[in-house]
Amino acid sequence: MSKQLLTLRVNGEPRTIAADPHHTLLEVLREELGLTGTKHGCELGECGACTVLVDGVPVLACLTLPALVGDAEVTTVEGLGTGESLHPLQIAFAEEGAAQCGYCTPGMLMTAKALLDANPRPTREEIAHAISGNLCRCTGYTAIYEAIEKAAQRV
Amino acid sequence: MIGRRLPKVNSWAHLTGEARYADDLFLPRMLYGRVLRSTRPHARIRRVDIKRALAHPGVVAIVTGADMPEKMGIMPSTQDETALAVDRVRYVGEPVAAVAALDEDTAFDALSLIDVDYEDLEPIFTIEEALEREDVKIHDEAKRANVFKEVHLSFGDLESGFASADHVRDDWFFFEGNTHAPIESHSAVASYGPDDKLTLWTATQVPHYLHRELEKVLGLPRSRIRVIATPNGGAFGGKSDPFGHEFAAALLSMRTRRPVKITLDREEVFYAHRGRHPVKMRIRTGVKRDGEITAVHYQSWLDGGAYASYGIATTYYTGALLTVTYRIPAYKFDGVRVYTNKPPCGPKRGHGTTQPRYGFECQIDKIAEDLGLDPLEYRKSILQPANSRTVNDLRITSMGLGECLDALQRATRYSERRGQQDRGKGIGLAGSAYISGAGLPIYWNEMPHSGAEIRIDRGGGVTVMCGTSEIGQGSDNMLASVAAEALGVMPADVHVVTGDTSLAPVDLGSYSSRVTFMAGNAVRDAAMKLRALLVAAAAEKLEVPTDRLLSAYGRIYDRTDPEKFIGFAEAAVLAESKHGTLVAAGSYKPPKGIGGSFKGAGVGPTPAYSYQAAVAEVTVDLETGTVTVDKVTTAHDCGRALNPANVEGQVEGSAYMGYGEIIGEEQVFRGGLHKKPSLLDYKIPTSLDTPALEAIVVESVDAEGPFGAKEAGEGPLNPVIPAIANAVYDAIGVRFDETPITPEKVLTALGKRDRRGEPKLRIGPDGLDSGKGDPKRALRRLSASTDARERKRAVD
Repeated sequence: MSKQLLTLRVNGEPRTIAADPHHTLLEVLREELGLTGTKHGCELGECGACTVLVDGVPVLACLTLPALVGDAEVTTVEGLGTGESLHPLQIAFAEEGAAQCGYCTPGMLMTAKALLDANPRPTREEIAHAISGNLCRCTGYTAIYEAIEKAAQRV
Repeated sequence: MIGRRLPKVNSWAHLTGEARYADDLFLPRMLYGRVLRSTRPHARIRRVDIKRALAHPGVVAIVTGADMPEKMGIMPSTQDETALAVDRVRYVGEPVAAVAALDEDTAFDALSLIDVDYEDLEPIFTIEEALEREDVKIHDEAKRANVFKEVHLSFGDLESGFASADHVRDDWFFFEGNTHAPIESHSAVASYGPDDKLTLWTATQVPHYLHRELEKVLGLPRSRIRVIATPNGGAFGGKSDPFGHEFAAALLSMRTRRPVKITLDREEVFYAHRGRHPVKMRIRTGVKRDGEITAVHYQSWLDGGAYASYGIATTYYTGALLTVTYRIPAYKFDGVRVYTNKPPCGPKRGHGTTQPRYGFECQIDKIAEDLGLDPLEYRKSILQPANSRTVNDLRITSMGLGECLDALQRATRYSERRGQQDRGKGIGLAGSAYISGAGLPIYWNEMPHSGAEIRIDRGGGVTVMCGTSEIGQGSDNMLASVAAEALGVMPADVHVVTGDTSLAPVDLGSYSSRVTFMAGNAVRDAAMKLRALLVAAAAEKLEVPTDRLLSAYGRIYDRTDPEKFIGFAEAAVLAESKHGTLVAAGSYKPPKGIGGSFKGAGVGPTPAYSYQAAVAEVTVDLETGTVTVDKVTTAHDCGRALNPANVEGQVEGSAYMGYGEIIGEEQVFRGGLHKKPSLLDYKIPTSLDTPALEAIVVESVDAEGPFGAKEAGEGPLNPVIPAIANAVYDAIGVRFDETPITPEKVLTALGKRDRRGEPKLRIGPDGLDSGKGDPKRALRRLSASTDARERKRAVD
């Protein structure tokens, strides 16, 4: 299969790459664009580690073909802060110890951002529902809830 | 810095995507590797033909078992594995060959072009078959049938102990196997350079042991090998063996002189396993009328899977730590671990102690009920005292189990609520203990278990170097905090270099909850040496005696006049001017005499035991059989919380993992094939499943721990499992003497009646299933399941 040229908008920048058309958004982000902050845990859509935002909506990058993204805006964990300052979620996650091994964290942060953008004052139940597709094997989720609640107060 | 809820020093990298896990490494000219794995549970390999695969465009190199025939394994005395299978495969998923290609798709395609000619051998899948089948040997070296290890230890007068008992309980239990399922799959990148040196970046908990095994298998001197443990994206024991793909990546890189990366996919992680052993247990306990234990006879049968892994230690651990919580004057332990044709079992959080602790704490609950005692008060009345020795000669120092139980009673009102709620609602309790690091290293030697080096630069910057592996437990932050506390700077001012065999002194690894205690003491030792130099330099400058000086917040100051101070960087310059480059090494080795001297006494001793207890609150749906765990409260004696947020995180994470183990996770097989090799089928709890978790930190301040600290990463898992089983009993009156407690089993129990028409009050084994070891049974089951698969495929 021959590679095809593709232009994606990632973290506010237009990026043109050549990639096999069957390669997923996850592979393109990590391998072609060097954005390894987005993780892969299963590549089957089961763990949520690869969650990125497409036009603000959380999607599983491992199940998304770049060609279908079109000119929508892709946001990864590298684009979560402004470059000068961290996103309140990142600060709250650090303060609450919500990242232990850190591997589910990028996906968790992106899901949490989408939640807070849509619902700035979520209840704990709403948070639990929102992140139910993002598996964390370390924390038991408690610190993650507390971090998202703390960030919600600051956003 | 100790006791403060500061963000971990490495959390910023985690939170911005900058942390580089092994699979995040991309090197120039890098090749991609994939591993061909056995499709047979037990077979002779007649031939591996790589010709077609080698001819496939884009394939650069292929290695097979014959290229690395040297035996290896984590425990030097039981090395029974090879990096890739040689002549014989013993489980589905065993590595057979590895391909390096220009890209991953090509490597994957090439796997199907490797022709392996298998001659099937009869497989063995159960403990009973393994014990009885002399005619089928999974390993020819096994002396009796397929027994890997047999242990018999006896302490005190068992016979008179049971004779003096007023009441004896004799219970069988079964703990199902389960697996770690870290979100990061295993990954390794090897690079062999023109200088004939090999660097291996890998997600490992044990860079030092891997270093040794690479030397042995590759025939390359260790001085030419550098192992770098990348940040592990979760490990839980699952990354503490040397793995076939690590050797394969290394050899492929040596052959091609190009970097090679091998990352396992999710299904491969399930087959790599090394997780919790399935264990059958029989526990006989004699007690006086008041509950005082007179004797315990504990027996376990472990299903080890196809290879040794840590199995010799696991076997001993099932019996070693039952004695450290409650007074036991006479104790006998019999343990047997067998080989079966399934992925090897190994250490998972709580290593070998989780299964017996489950059985024992369920039995303690039954004894309390038999004697009409409150289970919490009963446990408090039989506690092993602090600063004592157990019947199997283990030294106990700080011991906070009583405080844990008191804290739980205050937090949950357990004693008032037990037995007082509506049918379907229950509350349960259990206690436990764990080691703060194994008392002995894996290979016998007199060297330190942990070493650390600290360097202070001319700007007052502090760099800590230690061989520890950061697996998410927070070890990098622990090192920074201990160094910062000792030197009087902020953790954020400390650079940490870990897990690198070239840059850092040896730490034995992130296993057995040893890192805080041992590496913490090593780094403290190094820091105190440098502190002495800085304080001496400051004393001279300030003209104040050294014993009046304190170091904190980047200043060395006179405690009688804090305005009299010099800055940390200035003190560093003065000290370097006087003594030369400011570098100090520290090390830690557990003291002698913490265990006995009998054969087998090496497993169990530790410089300090952590203690913990948990209360679980459950709701059982009588219609669907679903057990909902509403809340788990865990009190944990960690000695001292160096960072309370991190300790609570470990306690909550342990409760989460224990909950998963009892409520549904199971590593189970059909005809040697994993029944659930995906995160969809092997259900690890999501946010919606997970109970409310509360962590209570109890501080007993251990005299030997770094600033009083003990472990927090593993022990807190143990009590959660029996606490939930005991809560389910409180809710519906059914004893679950086997795990997991699935809705199916609950409904079976609720619907079933025994021969006299009484409701079924217990789910669990009644003994070993003797007779199940009949010849050809396993083979019949294998062909039945193969036929079923083929029929299904034909229909599809």
